[in-house]
Amino acid sequence: MRAAMKKNDELHLNRRSFLCASTAAAGGLLVSLYLDFPAFAQEGSPAPPPKVYAPDAFVRIEPNGKIFITVNRLEFGQGVQTSLPMVLAEELDADWSQVVPELAPAAEVYKDPLFGIQMVGGSGSISHSFQQYRELGAKTRAMLIASAADRWKVSPNVCRAENSVVYGPGGKSARYAELAERATRQPVPNTVRLKNPSEFHLIGKKVPRLDSRAKCDGSQKFGLDLDLPGMKVAVVAHPPVFGGRVKSVDDKEARRLSGVKDIFEIPLARGTGVAVVADRFWTAKQARDGLRIEWDLSGIELADSSQLSTRFKELARTTGNVVVARGDDKAMSRTPAARRIVAEYEFPYLAHTPMEPLNATVRFEGDKAEAWVPSQFQTMDQMAIAQALGLKPEQVTFHTEYAGGGFGRRAVIDSHVPVEAALIAKRFRDTPIKLVWPREDDVRGGYYRPMHAHRVEIGIGADGMPAAWRHVIVGQSIVAGTPFAAMMIRNGVDHTTVEGASDTNYNIPNFHLSAHNPTVNVPVLWWRSVGNTHTAFVIETLVDELAMRAKMDPIAYRRKLLKSEAKKLHAVLDLLDEKSAGWRKNLPKGHAAGISCHECFGTAVACAVDVSIENKRPKIHRATVAVHCGLPVNPLTIESQFQGGIGFGLTQLMGQGAITLKDGRVEQRNFDGYTPPYIGDVPVTIDVHIVPSTEAPTGCGEPPVPVISPAVVNALTRLTGKRYRNLPLVAV
Amino acid sequence: MLSNSRFFIRSLLIVLSFLATWIVLTASAANEGRDHKKLSGDANRGEESATFAEGLAAWEQVYSVLTSPRCINCHTATNYPQQGDDRHRHFANVVRGGPEGQGVPALYCVGCHQEVNADSTGVPGGLNWHLAPLSMRWQDTNDKPLSSAAVCRAVTDRSRNENMDGPALLKHHEEAVLVLWAWNPGRRPDGTMRTVPPLTHAEFVNATRTWVEAGTPCPRTR
Amino acid sequence: MATYQLNVNGQSKKVDVDPGTPLLWVLREELKMTGTKYGCGISACGACTVHVDGIATRSCVVPVSLIGTRRITTIEAIAQDPVGRTVQNAWVEKDVVQCGYCQSGQIMSAVALLKATPKPTEQNIEESMGGNLCRCATYVRIREAIKSASQQL
Repeated sequence: MRAAMKKNDELHLNRRSFLCASTAAAGGLLVSLYLDFPAFAQEGSPAPPPKVYAPDAFVRIEPNGKIFITVNRLEFGQGVQTSLPMVLAEELDADWSQVVPELAPAAEVYKDPLFGIQMVGGSGSISHSFQQYRELGAKTRAMLIASAADRWKVSPNVCRAENSVVYGPGGKSARYAELAERATRQPVPNTVRLKNPSEFHLIGKKVPRLDSRAKCDGSQKFGLDLDLPGMKVAVVAHPPVFGGRVKSVDDKEARRLSGVKDIFEIPLARGTGVAVVADRFWTAKQARDGLRIEWDLSGIELADSSQLSTRFKELARTTGNVVVARGDDKAMSRTPAARRIVAEYEFPYLAHTPMEPLNATVRFEGDKAEAWVPSQFQTMDQMAIAQALGLKPEQVTFHTEYAGGGFGRRAVIDSHVPVEAALIAKRFRDTPIKLVWPREDDVRGGYYRPMHAHRVEIGIGADGMPAAWRHVIVGQSIVAGTPFAAMMIRNGVDHTTVEGASDTNYNIPNFHLSAHNPTVNVPVLWWRSVGNTHTAFVIETLVDELAMRAKMDPIAYRRKLLKSEAKKLHAVLDLLDEKSAGWRKNLPKGHAAGISCHECFGTAVACAVDVSIENKRPKIHRATVAVHCGLPVNPLTIESQFQGGIGFGLTQLMGQGAITLKDGRVEQRNFDGYTPPYIGDVPVTIDVHIVPSTEAPTGCGEPPVPVISPAVVNALTRLTGKRYRNLPLVAV
Repeated sequence: MLSNSRFFIRSLLIVLSFLATWIVLTASAANEGRDHKKLSGDANRGEESATFAEGLAAWEQVYSVLTSPRCINCHTATNYPQQGDDRHRHFANVVRGGPEGQGVPALYCVGCHQEVNADSTGVPGGLNWHLAPLSMRWQDTNDKPLSSAAVCRAVTDRSRNENMDGPALLKHHEEAVLVLWAWNPGRRPDGTMRTVPPLTHAEFVNATRTWVEAGTPCPRTR
Repeated sequence: MATYQLNVNGQSKKVDVDPGTPLLWVLREELKMTGTKYGCGISACGACTVHVDGIATRSCVVPVSLIGTRRITTIEAIAQDPVGRTVQNAWVEKDVVQCGYCQSGQIMSAVALLKATPKPTEQNIEESMGGNLCRCATYVRIREAIKSASQQL
């Protein structure tokens, strides 16, 4: 699907494109997603028209030489405001020191070329926009050259560009800044020549981030930092149980606080709540906390973690809707009991808790509106705000603010946070309303990585390899009932529930995978690497168990079990072996090495960790990671993504790394009860090694996350002899 | 002449050593159950108004306060303080730091805990908020409170308790800022009030007085 | 409401707020200094770290009424301090930040550490930085930057 980059890359606009996007007319939003999985191809649809991207929406060269490059995705830590401009600047032959990134507002032209909505997620920033930004850079360069050639009355073929300067025959030269204005009047070329990778001087280099300084001196503004004239702050009282409705409100105490502007009921995505609007956040929060609200919880399911655990476990013992049925059904029964393993796993709800609390600012002006949101789903949020205000999307000017993390939490299909802000703004004409979800609201407010139960039965062949594998997964669907359902649900199974297992690269001849998507009154959402968070844990711990039983080295076992076509995984296992054998074979007493590997979002990762046990907890001394992500655009950001993703993945192993519910109420409140990894929980050293490649780049945001938990647990098992099948890891 | 004085001196020495032995035996009988290293004067005071048994009973009252969360959470045997009525490890990985128990740079106790309670944010406060030194630990390294006998020993051991005798202990219980704090512990972040020890401060002081007057007796080690 | 005269980054600032208002919100909303961040409100994450008389302090839990005349230093002015400047430069040089939201607090904590302990051990770093949360998990590079800054001090 992704074309490998050949030596001479001539790309025409009528190339094969994987875009398929359509938006319904009035009313609802209908987005067709064309996922890059063969199983989900839209059958019978004609080849979509090639997308034309106007360079002037992406590049602006100022008379002072500054080059503003518009980034079509949210910057929320992954470094896209540096890496996509690098791609464009490379083909543009721009002076990198003059490049200034800008985050694109919501607009048609900034939609993801593959998914047809403006978004960041699915580890697609580079992989989906790499070609796009190269073309934009090359086209702009061509137009600048054409403009110079025009002026000099020479052929563009005798001109060249380098470092923001066009050079012509006879020593002629002109800076981009001088040419820019005329260049925009040149016709946008239909074909462009892209560089050969050997010509790259930016792409592939460790280029430092452009936003570092501002993020170190307090000048970087995030959504929460917004300050506008006349702005008010809103905090909402949400029901203690999802879907609860306000029955009565005693706001006497709240209204007494100086600075409170208004208190009123609003509809929520589920149920109703009470909005408090005040001059200041602190006042709004105090007033909100001082409300005495009676909630109507009649007819509402009260989710309870221990009940759900029992229910899910029971479901996992029955066959669900079939996802994969490969090979011989009877293979399992032919395996003697001595060579059978039955394993049941349990995973809790997880909150994302990005460091910047959720927020959205909206100003409603009657016939138009303006919104400022650190959003992963700009066009969807824009559409939802418009709907809430009775406007058309194009009447909502939507600014993308820098976000303090996201991990999926700011990519919400129902846009509930911006919609809350819009509904409140509706009552305050011409007043910007900044809605803030205090941390407690975030921890208790739902949209979690769903809880899951797995049951796996393995029939081991005489050769120690799994001959039969029967796997049932239970977990809520993330997309059921949403516009994404049509694309992502097949045979009643949400693809995100089973990804990582359904597409396993292990060669298991008799493989049966089915799943249940029960309905639970807890809103759920994608959490960095989504289904892979639990499927990779199950598969990698079981494969390790098989390796131990076969008395084989865990890397060797995986090499043997992987399909030969799984080139990226083989490459990373080789690289991992090479880079970690030294320390793995020299571990001090009380230490063990743990191995894992996984491929997701097109990128393969292998991981080795050095673990000992301290105070009944795993102490991870070191992690070595090998990555195959195709052409590495910026090895520095890739290294950061992998170091960070490994650390993020450790959330799953924290002792207090679970959201639990009792009688419908979330039991945790803040970081004191739901505790992500701090510096001591993460290895001192994480060395990252990238397989050299010129294949099309694949994502790095999510692939690091699934490998770390199974690797650590595999090491623990070697230390204690115990199996760890229930997360979070409370005691070792 | 010489032999007479030698005989006299020898006799005197014998009488004196007999007297000394008698005193020591009497004193140690009175000090039954206590470490020999301290409070040697108290047992012989004539003004004792509490009996030994009353003193022991009073100590149990004192013990119930010392091992209540508001007190014991900072008298840990580990590298960290505790918080809450369930005495879980204090969040944010704060640690003891040096022997002064003030935390480490960037995470000194006083970086959050001010000189008075901050009820608007739910952080308790008192002058010079810090951990009691390890010599004053009242729990074991598994966070389990020590026995009454063990805590009594720790509290009365002058080599461990900053050289406080009975009257000094009483004054400490009456007046020390961080002790008084336990009865005015402020509001939690969720708005509810923290619980106070099982006795009022006045009751605690009275029990301490009775115990001190009895010579700070400790229960026998089980 | 009460009036407070605060010493912020060497300047005298007058504010009229409720006495219970945390210093964090006084800085952010009265003085419009948004470099100090709100991450949790219960001092569990460190995003709100400032210096008060040189002591790293979690401003989200300290009511403005308890500050008095003590000197407040925020991220906006830490570059004026030689240790602060060295730390910020090390942060940039080591490409520490990702989303960046926690980094004001991380830097203020690191500066407090290095001012007290110019040559910290791995354990010193882990203990002193142990209460600053980073969801992007930039911890590996935070350690590297602190060590780098330490070498330059």
